[in-house]
Amino acid sequence: MESSTLFDKVWSSHVVHERDDGMVLLYIDRHLVHEVTSPQAFEGLRLAGRVPWRKDSILATVDHNVPTTDRSAGIEDPVSRLQVDTLDKNCRDYSLTQFPMLDIRQGIVHVIGPEQGVSLPGMTIVCGDSHTSTHGALGALAFGIGTSEVEHVLATQCLLMKKSKNMLIHVEGRLPHGVTSKDIILAVIGRLGTSGATGFTVEYAGAAVRSLSVEARMTMCNMSIEAGARAGMIAVDDTTMEYIANRPYAPEGPLWDGAVAHWRTLHSDDDARFDAEVRLDVSLLKPQVTWGTSPEMVVDIDGVVPDDTNPDYRRALEYMDLQPGTPIEDIYIDKVFIGSCTNSRIEDLRAAANLVQDHTLAENIKLAMVVPGSGLVKQQAEQEGLDKIFKSAGFEWREPGCSMCLGMNSDQLEPGERCASTSNRNFEGRQGKGGRTHLVSPVMAVAAALHGHFIDVRKCVL
Amino acid sequence: MKSFTRIETTLLPLDRTNVDTDAIIPQQYLKSVKRTGFGVYLFDNWRYRDPGVLGQDPRQRRIDPDFVLNQTTYKAAKILLARANFGCGSSREHAVWSILDYGFEVVISSSFADIFCSNSYKNGLLPVTLEEAAVDYLFKQVAQDPAFTCTVDLETQIVLDANDKEFSFEINEFHKYCLLNGYDEIDLTLQHADKIKLYEAELKQSCPWLFR
Repeated sequence: MESSTLFDKVWSSHVVHERDDGMVLLYIDRHLVHEVTSPQAFEGLRLAGRVPWRKDSILATVDHNVPTTDRSAGIEDPVSRLQVDTLDKNCRDYSLTQFPMLDIRQGIVHVIGPEQGVSLPGMTIVCGDSHTSTHGALGALAFGIGTSEVEHVLATQCLLMKKSKNMLIHVEGRLPHGVTSKDIILAVIGRLGTSGATGFTVEYAGAAVRSLSVEARMTMCNMSIEAGARAGMIAVDDTTMEYIANRPYAPEGPLWDGAVAHWRTLHSDDDARFDAEVRLDVSLLKPQVTWGTSPEMVVDIDGVVPDDTNPDYRRALEYMDLQPGTPIEDIYIDKVFIGSCTNSRIEDLRAAANLVQDHTLAENIKLAMVVPGSGLVKQQAEQEGLDKIFKSAGFEWREPGCSMCLGMNSDQLEPGERCASTSNRNFEGRQGKGGRTHLVSPVMAVAAALHGHFIDVRKCVL
Repeated sequence: MKSFTRIETTLLPLDRTNVDTDAIIPQQYLKSVKRTGFGVYLFDNWRYRDPGVLGQDPRQRRIDPDFVLNQTTYKAAKILLARANFGCGSSREHAVWSILDYGFEVVISSSFADIFCSNSYKNGLLPVTLEEAAVDYLFKQVAQDPAFTCTVDLETQIVLDANDKEFSFEINEFHKYCLLNGYDEIDLTLQHADKIKLYEAELKQSCPWLFR
């Protein structure tokens, strides 16, 4: 048999039909749904007199619009409320599983899928959200889709697609203490550029990736789209199995054994051919900080703001109000956001809290907020006392949701405010019109919160 | 879906690379549960100086006269001339809806983000990928003469400009077929409903843990 990549294997096992023009009808195992990109899809379905093809493939939740403050009185913003109510109604009408706002299992769709064992290895997983690539950390083929495609999957359980190319990102070396998988993926994006992986499905491999926890792997796969790749994947290993075992929706008993036997095959063959390969050694990698308005505009923490010889850089520096040559460690911040589908899982919160312990926010910090990725992450953190550590240092401890990653609720930056953020996009206006975002790891965000400016977390007591 | 065959029109030049979908339509407008009415919010953060809210009357907004969309010279343009990696970032289809609703029918660039491209095909917006040199050339022509026109013909896959210069572009046969005929992909897929059911039945046998 011809050797295959992990992507080849998952793709070919989901081909329902191949057209002469090369388009493939690809079967979708899991469809995650949230309130923002689904209402028009349900409306289209209804207008065409269709119904969801396979209800048990769907899990819905509300995450983008929900408030992260007290929820007992409901959602204040009537427009947000309508969108959330619309999802509730659609799920009721079609009898779909939903974790509504007040369910302890509610959370960011890319946190709860893996957390519940709803996302499994070898699956094709889609969601009307570009960060669906997150689930690829489990050896799944997971990618974001638009609303028309959401409707297409609802109606047919399939998508019409052309197969993308294979890219291998081989990460070698031992990750230094204080440097995280967030720093690896930011460095990768810095190297590839924001369109470097367009048209590819990326597989992350190598000793450095193998040594990461599943949660840390999710952080990497999550930001594949920031390099242009719709999907990022990581081969299944013992770490993956241990992560999935005993999760609420994970298979049990004989089904588990059958699944594991299948999942063991989910890796690229030794002689598999990739269309592109990138190699990276992380043994000397430093914490990364973005300085501009695209995730590719990233430097080492001991670096400086680059010069403005190209027009993109000039525009970015103007928006970010930064001068070329400024040391990154001299950049002061106003707000800190720890959260998002990139970095809001329990390990992220543990690492952050560990550094916060017995310290307080720097005086210039107007707001520092911690937004857990799900109700269950929040509960776990509270059982471990992490909420108390954050609160006593001056952080706000919030309810789960997407929050300030994209500011669809009231968690936003004011014009001109500068934020150290563990999220995934530093685009103009992403966290609020005129807001300035610097992407960092959770521990780097904490270090900045405690010092008031960016600082190499390795200079802090770890 | 609306079909696309051929158009002759002026171009609106948006001279920035990596235009992301957050810039095409900011987050606050994604709260709409409708598919229509997004044109007034297209490039909102660049077009207006004040932050807007969904449903607000655009005449009450403070416009930025320097932004190209606010320059009357280009008002009639139905081709958006863009730079590399157009439509990167979020998968929001609202980006395509806002571009179409504003009145554009074609976007020309040297490259597009994947999800933006598939969203475009599904709504009858034609993304045309040309060599960077050709895109540079078109920007120069438009800068010299805002009344400069191009004809985009999907059948022949050719962009013909007012100087009779021709640029051919690639497009997947399937997307071309759907665009020319205005076909709905769901209808086409459901023609294979039996195959999908057969695949599903086999999957239940081979991977029963995928069903709950």
